[in-house]
Amino acid sequence: MNLVKVMDVQEEEYIYPGTRMCAGCAMALIYRFALKALGPKTILTVPASCLTVLHGMQGFCTTKVSVLHTPFATTGASASGIVASLEEKGLNNEICVVAFAGDGGTVDIGIQALSGAAERGTDFIYACYDNEAYMNTGVQRSGATPQGAHTTTTPGGKMKPKKNMLKIMEAHGIAYVATANGSYPIDIYEKFKKARTMIGTKYIHILSPCPPGWGYDPKETIKIGRLAVETGFWPLYEIINGKFNLSRESKKYLDPSKRKPIIDYLGAQKRFKGISDEDIEDYKTYINNLWDEIKKRIDH
Amino acid sequence: MKESKKTIIVTGNHAAAHALRQAKVGVISAYPITPQSPVVEKISDFINEGKMKARFLMVESEHSAAAACCAASATGSRVGTATSSHGLMLMYEMLPWASGTRLPIIINLATRSCGAPWSVWDDHSDFIAARDVGWIQFMCEDNQEIYDTNLQAFKIAEDPRVYVPAIVAYDGYILSHTMMPIEVEMQEDIDAFLPPLTHHLNLSDITQIKGVGPVTTPDIVKRTEGTAPGYYEFRYSLQKALENSIAIIKEVHDEFVDKFGRSYGNGLFKTILTEDTDTIIFAMGSVSSQARNAIKKLRDIGIKIGLVSLRLFRPFPVNQLRDYFKDKKNIIVFDRDIGYGYEGVLCYELKAALYGLKNAPFIKGYIVGLGGRDIKDEHFIEGVQKALKQSEQGEIVHETEFLGLKLEELEL
Repeated sequence: MNLVKVMDVQEEEYIYPGTRMCAGCAMALIYRFALKALGPKTILTVPASCLTVLHGMQGFCTTKVSVLHTPFATTGASASGIVASLEEKGLNNEICVVAFAGDGGTVDIGIQALSGAAERGTDFIYACYDNEAYMNTGVQRSGATPQGAHTTTTPGGKMKPKKNMLKIMEAHGIAYVATANGSYPIDIYEKFKKARTMIGTKYIHILSPCPPGWGYDPKETIKIGRLAVETGFWPLYEIINGKFNLSRESKKYLDPSKRKPIIDYLGAQKRFKGISDEDIEDYKTYINNLWDEIKKRIDH
Repeated sequence: MKESKKTIIVTGNHAAAHALRQAKVGVISAYPITPQSPVVEKISDFINEGKMKARFLMVESEHSAAAACCAASATGSRVGTATSSHGLMLMYEMLPWASGTRLPIIINLATRSCGAPWSVWDDHSDFIAARDVGWIQFMCEDNQEIYDTNLQAFKIAEDPRVYVPAIVAYDGYILSHTMMPIEVEMQEDIDAFLPPLTHHLNLSDITQIKGVGPVTTPDIVKRTEGTAPGYYEFRYSLQKALENSIAIIKEVHDEFVDKFGRSYGNGLFKTILTEDTDTIIFAMGSVSSQARNAIKKLRDIGIKIGLVSLRLFRPFPVNQLRDYFKDKKNIIVFDRDIGYGYEGVLCYELKAALYGLKNAPFIKGYIVGLGGRDIKDEHFIEGVQKALKQSEQGEIVHETEFLGLKLEELEL
């Protein structure tokens, strides 16, 4: 694959300045680079989420491409409807339909519509920006909230680990599944560019650090996001028609000795304050198992 | 192959499917549910046989069906679907979304009761539950009316003075699964009556960048880029569009009568044997169909009575009903639905509509036929006789009465 360099990234901005995102919001960065990669021939659909806030008020469109807002549970279906209409008009090869939803809108309330759209092989990109809780409504736990994290509805820390949405989507046998992370915008850009050229359902799951929800200083967003990759907790990869590809930023973490201790990541966020030793052990086991599996898939 | 006008014998569901085919619906998104399923099965056949060019999305729930309908409509396609009962309940979240976005979607509703307990049989509970979400609502009485009303509904919903979605309802099984002859018009005549959709929204035109359905505020927002209405103004415009749609519904009905020769009263309600009497049964759908028979029997036993069958439930044709009923003496309403904790919905809506009339008519309501219980002529006879006695004695009873209950058989 040709390496994308910063200079190759489209200069054109697709989000107007002055949105209402929180300081240090990784999602704003993710969205910015994703839209650059997608270009002007794009229709977005967005459910209730922090993105609704970014998109601002009635009468003004914050992006340089159209966006259809849709109720929380419907993102996959809404995208399916746009695609069907474009197919009817013979415009489906020209215009790319992109659904952008948060983790709650994806792994919880929106999973049925997304699963249906994927099973039907709907030709669209579904992007989940995962800030690991219902941040827009004030940090309530979602299925994507990681073990041990405090939210307003898990004041004692979440008991169960994060739902493995990547495996669920891969099991649908779709064209493209990828992870990404707000701290690696070039990787995001590359993955959206690639997904843009593929036919079928493309799913990109992007970890999106959230200063108010995760409890860290807004200036630390990039660092926190990187720690998720550097500790091995959030490997960057893509699965193209079933073939697993470890992304270059994650390659060196195949070697366990290169991975930073998970406590560096957990300890930098207030939401994990007072996390138990058992939970930390669970994280270590999770990361080891995850990488064993990755190694096996690469060796194949 | 050129199609010619012909008479075919079809079920109500297939009448709806033929109308959707001839309306040249661009996108259909649906989920099967009894008793509606034959609509989407027939459409699948039409598409498979190349008789229909629509994109058909067989999605994984009615909630998704309605969401995909909204999205396809916002992308500029003519959109129709069909559902029943729990299906409409699951679509419910999307109903005010569609009307608020002013998307001219048509839902065919084969009416069915709502659980629990489970019942696949007919009543108007589902239809009534969609009352307050800003949709136009028609209730049909026969299969020809299902076909004709669909064609009219698209023209009404897509009128730039309206842009409001519509439900075309018909009684589950009683019409949905009963075969009747219907006249199917020539495609070129349908095309002339119903030209292609010109939508106020078309996301497929990527030169027009739009944010559709974002956040509104309690008040108007003024910025240098322009002024955005508040939620209040948006919803006011929906109400006005619905109020104004009555004139357009009549206009489209009149055009249809001119063109195809079939009429449904004044387009809002139908009157049967009403000219010589001031005593009227008020009902809709299958209840009206049965009442058409019952009024003849009532006349045979000396009770001069007519029928007003409501076709347009929303917007409720208040002024036209007030004008029609102002000189009537007795109205007996038969509801195949109930506003639980109060009374039959048609009954209390009519009472409200006639409020303040000088010498307002006596109104008495009954519940009939919930969950598919047979509605018989004798129920109308019993109800009318009792009502007229109360009317004579000036007795106003607020207790809701069910006709055709068999409680005594349970106690045997």
